[in-house]
Amino acid sequence: MLLSNLLVVVILMLFAGLVYYVRTNRLWRESAQSLWKRRPIAVTVVGLYFVVGILDSVAWVGGVDLSKTQDVVAASKPRTIIDRMFSPETRSERSYSAPFASKEFYGGADLTHPGSYWLGTDRLGRDVLYLAFKGVKVALLVGGLTSLIVIPLALFFGVSAGYFGGRLDDAVFFVMSTLAAIPGILLLIALITALGKGTLQVCVALGVTGWVSFARLARAETLKLRESDYVQAARALGVSDVTIIMRHILPNLSHLMVITFALLFTALVLSETILAYLGIGVDGSWGQMIDQARDELSRDPIIWWNLFGASMALFILVLSVNLVGDAVRDILDPRTLRERE
Amino acid sequence: MVAYIIRRIGYGFLTVLGVLFFLFILFFAVTDPDDIARKAVGERAPPEVYEQWKRNKGYDKPLFVNTEHGWLSGGRYTDTLLVDHYTRMLTFQFGQSDADDALISKRIREGAGPSLMLTVPLFLSGMAVAVMVSLFVSFFRETYIDRMALVLCMLAMSVTILLYIIGGQYLIGKVLHWFPISGFDPDPTIVYKFLLLPILVGLVNGLGADVRFYRTVFVEETTKDYVRTARAKGAGEIRVMGNHVLRNALIPILTQIVVAIPFLFTGSLLLESFFGIPGLGSLTIDAIFGNDFATLRTMVYIGALLFVTGQILTDISYTLADPRIRLE
Repeated sequence: MLLSNLLVVVILMLFAGLVYYVRTNRLWRESAQSLWKRRPIAVTVVGLYFVVGILDSVAWVGGVDLSKTQDVVAASKPRTIIDRMFSPETRSERSYSAPFASKEFYGGADLTHPGSYWLGTDRLGRDVLYLAFKGVKVALLVGGLTSLIVIPLALFFGVSAGYFGGRLDDAVFFVMSTLAAIPGILLLIALITALGKGTLQVCVALGVTGWVSFARLARAETLKLRESDYVQAARALGVSDVTIIMRHILPNLSHLMVITFALLFTALVLSETILAYLGIGVDGSWGQMIDQARDELSRDPIIWWNLFGASMALFILVLSVNLVGDAVRDILDPRTLRERE
Repeated sequence: MVAYIIRRIGYGFLTVLGVLFFLFILFFAVTDPDDIARKAVGERAPPEVYEQWKRNKGYDKPLFVNTEHGWLSGGRYTDTLLVDHYTRMLTFQFGQSDADDALISKRIREGAGPSLMLTVPLFLSGMAVAVMVSLFVSFFRETYIDRMALVLCMLAMSVTILLYIIGGQYLIGKVLHWFPISGFDPDPTIVYKFLLLPILVGLVNGLGADVRFYRTVFVEETTKDYVRTARAKGAGEIRVMGNHVLRNALIPILTQIVVAIPFLFTGSLLLESFFGIPGLGSLTIDAIFGNDFATLRTMVYIGALLFVTGQILTDISYTLADPRIRLE
């Protein structure tokens, strides 16, 4: 029925496949266990964000009492599970109200739903907690989906350049050094102003900017692996190039993939806030909320809950992913392994 | 060595040509010059007006092949937007802004001063603080101080720069009333008042990642043989860290420096824009908001040019810092 519902099914199937693979492979299973032992809280938090993102993607029509709402058009659209939990169509105020307040912030009129907003309401009277929850999906899309697209692409170019060498390597290396020569934020801005605004455009721009560093890493690693004894042996036995790449090169790059995913994710989510400030971010992101809350601090008395809600949601996600990524690097990177021995 | 430098410069030049081609595709092929014209003169203007605007800017030529010229005349491939774009950029004739016809090169000259006033002190103090803190931390490696510092770095890295800016403006400008929230005055006696807050915010923003990076470098150095030898000789821990480890860790530090150099000139976009400093970063931001593609193009080109130059300089400085490295 809906594209996002289909996407949820695909993502959940991929996730199930990943879990199955991790459980069957001894090396990955032990790594996952040691990750869980080291960072139980951070892993749980990342998992919770993932669940919220999924809950905010499953949507269907109906469930609103149309007589109670002013905006019938909005209420007739498909609503996600998060929408249903907060029911913003019927539960809203006229303007600002502080957390748990029973009166409006300006004027002091009674609220229609006193005490029910844990993080208050924004200028348009929307529940800030609800908006912060809605930002989860945007952040996961910007960070997660972009890296899921970028990493295979970078892997393809990096590995083929490193493995086949020659002209192909020259060409890929030239494109990479060209893109790397442009300062990152300028490249992002140039891409988005040229492509136009929108979620897809932002993801594409972030992808074009982000793939180079991982492709370089993959190329350098492939160059090393190509000379290793087992690859030489496989080639001498007449194994085809594709099989060598699939069986010998890619599995040896998988730890780099996992580490890059975590690093790229936080970098992407944080860059989006800068784009939001420049007015070219994604609608409904935390960056946009922070940007809109900028002037509210200069009011007297100050309105802090909008800024607080968005930046805490962002901070906790980025911190947890950073912590998980750090632990993953320690577990998977053979160099740190050697240091520990 | 000389042959290497010449080859390196040649490759750098090729990279710049590649960047220019990328910009051409982005700003002439992906975005139609018609759209730029319409945004500049207004949606409702009659077609003659924006045709005229395009002619004035030189945007009315075809992209790659000019069919107005015959098969064998040179103009067929040279009288095009592509060639114009390359000649303009490579000869540094940036022309006028798309938004208000001001000369771009004049704007860049005006903006470079304020940008450098912000970024150079920020860069130097950031480097000094990060290296000192990470030396201190790696001095106490594997202790509670080290672990606390790493946790703090991780926390600091997870905060978006927007929050640092907003928080800094609120805390220091509004609550403590130490510095003005934003603004700029080139008068050397009071200019520091306007620069202190952005420098402070920039410093805090970069510190987490830098300290972590340098700490890794220093700790990795301390496991090496020469450190053990120095200790066995009876050198004190301060002498080992300050004299031996710091010197040997210079190479990764040098790389970090060069990565940062292009940003010194292109300015810090967010800091300049938030604190109202009329530098090159503000120029870029204004270009984004005003659909001024000519200025944006120029800024990206200059940024890339500086980056490539910086990379060549690092490669050369490697040989000065580490005699073991021979460039071939």
